[in-house]
Amino acid sequence: MWDNVQILTVAPVFNVQLWLNGLSVGAVFALVAYGLALVWGVTSIKNLAQGDLVMMGGYLGVAFARHGVHPIVAIVPVAAIMFCFGWVLYRLMIRRVIQLDLFTSLLATFGLAITIQQALNLAFGPEVVTLDAGFGQLEMFDAMVSITWIRLIAFAICLLLAGAMVLFLTKSRLGQAIRATAQDPRAARVLGIDTDLVYSLTFSINAAICGAAGVIVGMIWVLQPFYGIAYSVRAFVIVTAAGLGNLPGVILAALGLGVVEQYSGFVLGAQFQQATIVGLLLLILLWRQALLRRHRLALQ
Amino acid sequence: MTARSAVLHLAILAAGIAAPFLFPAHTVQFAVFWVFVLFALTWDTMGGHMGYNSLGNILFFGLGMYVCAVVQIGTVYDVAEYTAANGAISVNFTHTQYFHGLALGLVAAALFPPVVAAVLSWILFGLRGPYFAIGTLGVAIAAAELTNAWDYVGGGQGIAMPVFPGPPGARERFFYAACMIAAIACYLFLRWLYATRFRLAINAIRDDEDKAEALGLHTGRYKMVAWSVSAFFLGIAGALFGNMTGFIEPLETAYPTLTFGIFMVAMTLLGGKGTLWGPVIGATLFYTLREVTWTYLLGWQYIALGLLIIVNVVYFQQGILGWLRARKPEWFGVKVRH
Amino acid sequence: MQPYVKVVSRTACAIAVGAALAAPAAAKVEGDKIILGSAISITGKYSQEGKNASDGYNFAVKKINENGGVKVGGKTYKLEVKYYDDESTPARTAQLLERIINQDGIKFVLGPYGSGPTKAAAPVTEKYKIPMVEAEGASRSLFTQNYKYLFAVLSTSDYYLSPVIDLAAELAKKHGKKPSSMKIGMAFENDPFSLDVRQGVVTEAKKYGMKIVVDDKMPRDLSDISATLTKIKALKPDVILFSGHTKGATTATRQMKEMNVSAPIVALTHCESADITGKFNGAAEGILCPTQWAETLKYKDKLFGTAMDYNEAFLKAHSEYKEVPYQVAQGSAAVEVWADAFKRAGSLDPQKLRDALAKTNMETFYGHVQFDKAGKNIGKPMVLRQVQNGKYVVVAPTKYAAEPVVYPRKEAND
Repeated sequence: MWDNVQILTVAPVFNVQLWLNGLSVGAVFALVAYGLALVWGVTSIKNLAQGDLVMMGGYLGVAFARHGVHPIVAIVPVAAIMFCFGWVLYRLMIRRVIQLDLFTSLLATFGLAITIQQALNLAFGPEVVTLDAGFGQLEMFDAMVSITWIRLIAFAICLLLAGAMVLFLTKSRLGQAIRATAQDPRAARVLGIDTDLVYSLTFSINAAICGAAGVIVGMIWVLQPFYGIAYSVRAFVIVTAAGLGNLPGVILAALGLGVVEQYSGFVLGAQFQQATIVGLLLLILLWRQALLRRHRLALQ
Repeated sequence: MTARSAVLHLAILAAGIAAPFLFPAHTVQFAVFWVFVLFALTWDTMGGHMGYNSLGNILFFGLGMYVCAVVQIGTVYDVAEYTAANGAISVNFTHTQYFHGLALGLVAAALFPPVVAAVLSWILFGLRGPYFAIGTLGVAIAAAELTNAWDYVGGGQGIAMPVFPGPPGARERFFYAACMIAAIACYLFLRWLYATRFRLAINAIRDDEDKAEALGLHTGRYKMVAWSVSAFFLGIAGALFGNMTGFIEPLETAYPTLTFGIFMVAMTLLGGKGTLWGPVIGATLFYTLREVTWTYLLGWQYIALGLLIIVNVVYFQQGILGWLRARKPEWFGVKVRH
Repeated sequence: MQPYVKVVSRTACAIAVGAALAAPAAAKVEGDKIILGSAISITGKYSQEGKNASDGYNFAVKKINENGGVKVGGKTYKLEVKYYDDESTPARTAQLLERIINQDGIKFVLGPYGSGPTKAAAPVTEKYKIPMVEAEGASRSLFTQNYKYLFAVLSTSDYYLSPVIDLAAELAKKHGKKPSSMKIGMAFENDPFSLDVRQGVVTEAKKYGMKIVVDDKMPRDLSDISATLTKIKALKPDVILFSGHTKGATTATRQMKEMNVSAPIVALTHCESADITGKFNGAAEGILCPTQWAETLKYKDKLFGTAMDYNEAFLKAHSEYKEVPYQVAQGSAAVEVWADAFKRAGSLDPQKLRDALAKTNMETFYGHVQFDKAGKNIGKPMVLRQVQNGKYVVVAPTKYAAEPVVYPRKEAND
């Protein structure tokens, strides 16, 4: 472990490699976590099937790619299809869960997660699948550091999508309605906002975001029907860390998580990567709890 | 206890004792069934009666399994050497070695998890609602990952458990009896516990924790005890299940967070949470359904399971007992005036 | 309690119905059919490899049946395999084997996929004294327990990558370097199979005094090994080794290319089932792949003909495959071994069949099969193939080599 830290100090250039890899995957986490935060904030649904929606989007991308559509172009139709899928899901099940207690949504979406995984497994088979975007890689510092162009492009797409979401939420009427519903659904209803529509829209937008993220995952990592859970766990870590309704926080936390994962894999070894993420989640939860307790004591 | 209910209890007991003799081929399946009943019962103490939805109770199951294995092997071999030899030096233990080790292992597996629960309760019970669920899930996943990376207990390589000495058939009946006794003991203990003030206290925590505290209830203590009780029984179940399976490893056998860990919740909800019999009925239906789909819907079984969970929580929240209570209140001793 | 009585008694009826449903009746021999049982990964993380294995089983069963079946003591039987899904988890495998043996009354078992499930299965078959011929569980520890009813047609997993170390030592000498100067960078999935492969490598490296500079264990749901690769890039080892089933091979090949990581010797397990040549073209060039079997080897038997004949016949029947993974071939070989034992035993008695299996000594398209006392096949070696011009070519051991090894590895610019 100590040797590994030494490498980083002796040859600092490898820090650049870790940061680049970390940030580029962090951008994907940011998209997924952002969708989760949106749905959580507006509808109070905690979507455990988030990662499985990502995988589903990725596999749709694969289906398009098999028909000769370039993966980057495929993002658009995939997002559209996932939007419709999200709408149907909302109408069929999510809508009924909203009024119920908090835990129900976790369990219901868990059932959804299993169903999607297995359906993907039956439709596409269990093999690991990748999407090839081409483009090659960019090399720096005498080829000591290299990053694929597609990672950089993906990073840009993620930022673009996040930016578009911010604009949509703050500038458009519909976006304002969504935010109003998140703040106070009853007041929003009184003011004539169709909250049911807002909920279904939010859920569908989230599905579309996940779909786009899935295609990106396929281009920079690998797809597999059962890998969704990894993205769900990370999204929950990020949103818990950043807090709801804190978009810059979500994005920063996501990028941070990407980098932390790289460093823990490098320094501690890949076997501790997952444990680090979960450990981080627990630390954050405890830290927030301590803050809350101090707050409560201060109130008394 | 009325005469009718006594008859019912005896009938179930008799069926339980007769089952492995009537259907000897299904003994292991029946044994796993009792483990499932125990899962649902212990989950309901926290989730149903106290309103703390833990997604990480499987932690204690895994702890029990590993603690028992380490103690069992430790009585005969050096554990690190045993695991370093690709999972086992030799799985053939003598009769005395085996039962001596198993008895010690079971004691350790029953005592260690409640201690962990007590420590964790001090840390985790500050979390409310979904944060508690996510926090407990996190602890379970972390435990699995750390066990997986810990070479002393074999890491991802797993441990081959000592083989039961005795003729074929004896092992199944032995573990069947052990699992059944564990589940029934758990039921009787909870039945007694729910008849005391304890139940009122944890129900008060579920209904409004702050008010309960304001009324002078030491909520922290009750929460700790409730979780430790679950941990105690789950630890024993883990130890038995590990020995019954014969080969244990962290991610899928000891800490199956996403299968057994979720099943316990699903079973309780199916039967109706916050009741004594709900979890039992839920476990029975769930387990039967699972075994049937595993036989007849090869490859589709998890889709069936996912749909069952969705339909259950989305359309059938109140569970079987809750639904019956609403439709036939007189069965539950509620007098309805027309 | 009384209020619940009715509810519970109704549930009791439900249990009874359920139990009846869960117990399909079957027998080990139905009419003119011999039924073999197998719990195999249909869902879960090994479902791809599980499919390979069961395709191999089925292909051989079909072929044997087309050729008239198996003659046992004057009567001819057709073969059939009854499958259960173990979901790639050992805990489920053990339960399902109990079911196969106890409830279905099957007395002849084909192995599951993977070392973990096989480890869970072996104690069960051992206890019931039911012979199991397995083709997909390579862990060495399976053969240190004195199991008497376990027979494996494949070479054990410590032989997967250790020949690469021998090859590295040989090449170092040839190029005027000391074997002990070779550095190794490696990562293995944290599961029984890969850890076993790792142990073989560690023992072999110690023998030559080679230094292992990177030694990571990869999580089971691995999809990113860039942190490990960065380490490897920094420490520039002479030998890079990866083992992590299909997903490990896919991820390693892809990310090594993307991050421009290579070494004079690069070796992976499961190249064929990951189809690295088809998916990554040039990036796969020069990679060494250990294999239990290769279609270019000169093995043959009466049923399938040569290894090449088997290869062609299988590809014709299964258009979804581009190459025949060795997992398929050894699955077929296991069925052949069973058929051979039935014939020689002239009986369907498990005990007699076990004795017949122990005396197996046959040529197959998959290689020679002969079991030692522990039940592992000592009749055939592991071979190393290298990707040369997009094709897998046998390069080691020298006795079987079709081409010399390309050293140091040259990637193609594609």
